[in-house]
Amino acid sequence: MYGNAQIDEKQKSKSLTEGEDPDKLAEFEARITGGEKIEPKDWMPKAYRKQLIRMIEQHAHSEIIGALPEGTWITRAPGFRRKLALMAKVQDEVGHGQLLYSAAETLGKTREDMLNDLISGKSKYSNVFNYPAMTWGDTAIIAWLIDAGAIINQVTNSKGSYGPYCRALERICSEESFHLKYGHDNVVYLATGTPQQRELVQDALNRWWQPIMHFHGPPDKMSEHTVVLMKWKVKMATNDEMRQRFLDEYVPKIWDLGLTIPDPKLKKNESTGEWEYTEPDWEEFKRVINGDGPCNKERLQVRRWAEERGAWVRRALMRAEQKYTVPLA
Amino acid sequence: MSLSPGELKDVKEFLYKIADDQLIIGHRNSEWTGLGPTLEEDIAFSSIAQDKIGQSQHIYELLHAMGEKHPDTTAFTRNAADFRCSHLTEYPNGEYEFSLMRNFLFNHSEHIRFGMLSTSSVEQLAKLAKKYRGEIKYHVMHSDTWVKQLGRANEESHMRMQKALNDTFNLALGIFEESDFAEALRETKVFEGEQVLQNKWLEEISPILDSASLVIPNKNSWAPAYGGRKGQHTEYLQPLIEEMGAVFRLDPNAEW
Repeated sequence: MYGNAQIDEKQKSKSLTEGEDPDKLAEFEARITGGEKIEPKDWMPKAYRKQLIRMIEQHAHSEIIGALPEGTWITRAPGFRRKLALMAKVQDEVGHGQLLYSAAETLGKTREDMLNDLISGKSKYSNVFNYPAMTWGDTAIIAWLIDAGAIINQVTNSKGSYGPYCRALERICSEESFHLKYGHDNVVYLATGTPQQRELVQDALNRWWQPIMHFHGPPDKMSEHTVVLMKWKVKMATNDEMRQRFLDEYVPKIWDLGLTIPDPKLKKNESTGEWEYTEPDWEEFKRVINGDGPCNKERLQVRRWAEERGAWVRRALMRAEQKYTVPLA
Repeated sequence: MSLSPGELKDVKEFLYKIADDQLIIGHRNSEWTGLGPTLEEDIAFSSIAQDKIGQSQHIYELLHAMGEKHPDTTAFTRNAADFRCSHLTEYPNGEYEFSLMRNFLFNHSEHIRFGMLSTSSVEQLAKLAKKYRGEIKYHVMHSDTWVKQLGRANEESHMRMQKALNDTFNLALGIFEESDFAEALRETKVFEGEQVLQNKWLEEISPILDSASLVIPNKNSWAPAYGGRKGQHTEYLQPLIEEMGAVFRLDPNAEW
């Protein structure tokens, strides 16, 4: 599950192509324009490599951090059907992380380095996972609507230019489509269930609407930088385009279930074909992504815990050639 | 075979024991999701948990067909005293080595148990045992591989694994607590009994532990953690059950 890539603001001061061999760059760009995929051993501009590592790494982190809020509900899922489905879903998410770390490793950064950067706070993950899954209703909304947003993003990015990332995304999308079915089914049961169940899911939607609107990221500034990344097929659509696609597909489905979306301004402008909505609080988005959200500390603490507690196992694997013999005395 | 009412009661008690073990250890395994020492291990524990919980569900379905309550009601609304799981399955996960060693000792017992049950006189049970044995084979392979690797990799891993074996061994012996109906099940060729199972288990795990440089605690110190099969549990089971049923119990008549 993942939103849209955040552009590296620090790079904006200089051109993305500075210092690159013009002939190689022209050939590279021609391949991309011609619809070819770039493979790990192919020549690529430094900025292309850097942006892709950043993007795939953030995506991988989002998968394993995203496993935490839903994972805590595995032990509380009501009934065998939900329990087994949720276990399989969260397991898929961890598997997506594994797949994506491998894709990022093809660009020259190791999984260990990426995980260290996650724990130290140097690299980011999808902002949405800094919010808590407070009730069973939250897990249903996450599995349906956050995964729906992620699919829109991932299907779009799977048409990008970097081969290993595209192939990983295709596989991820086919698994995510089951998550979406699971999430939708779960929401349908709650929305058409007892008054208590209805309340559970409506409350969850109220809580999650803003994070959902944040999910694809703030409106892009169409800088020269963004234009280059779109030409290189690193970024495939603007954040607002993805948000519009999401609203177009899911708002009618949410309304069909008789649920209320907590935004009185939300409506489709039939003349422009665009959805109009109250801008979510982008200051809060910035605050949360920079570490000041309800669960940032907890998420990283849990991840750090897992890394530290598991370190001895990884050490024992790295020394597979040395067999320890118990001393006789 | 058709069972007399008395025999049916014994078989049901026996099935509860197996299903409850699978459910509770599966639940514990699922708690590793997102927290494993490597991503691959995280995924493996989740697969094992899904198998075990799925197996418990099927056994509860079999019990339901024998007149017991719906599997969800059975699993999500009983109290600890109604459970028949062994203490081994109930303990919190602790460190990875504890969870791994618990799985190792449990998996072998299950694999042998289902092997023995595959020739049971109760046809449904024999059929189910054959199917599950094929799944549990992979659980056994998983824990064997890790025990062998970690038992001998380095001093730290060896010490952790030996301590885990010391900590779990008496709990594992509790798996083999005989029940009042054991003799009846033996006579009707439903199941040969826990003592036979325990002997086979010791024969099977000893060479593996040996090759991992791990030593089974001295027989003088054996003190099987009995009680689970009679509904006497550790302090850890009731909170686990309450957590498991927390949403389901909000409204047991609701469809989730």
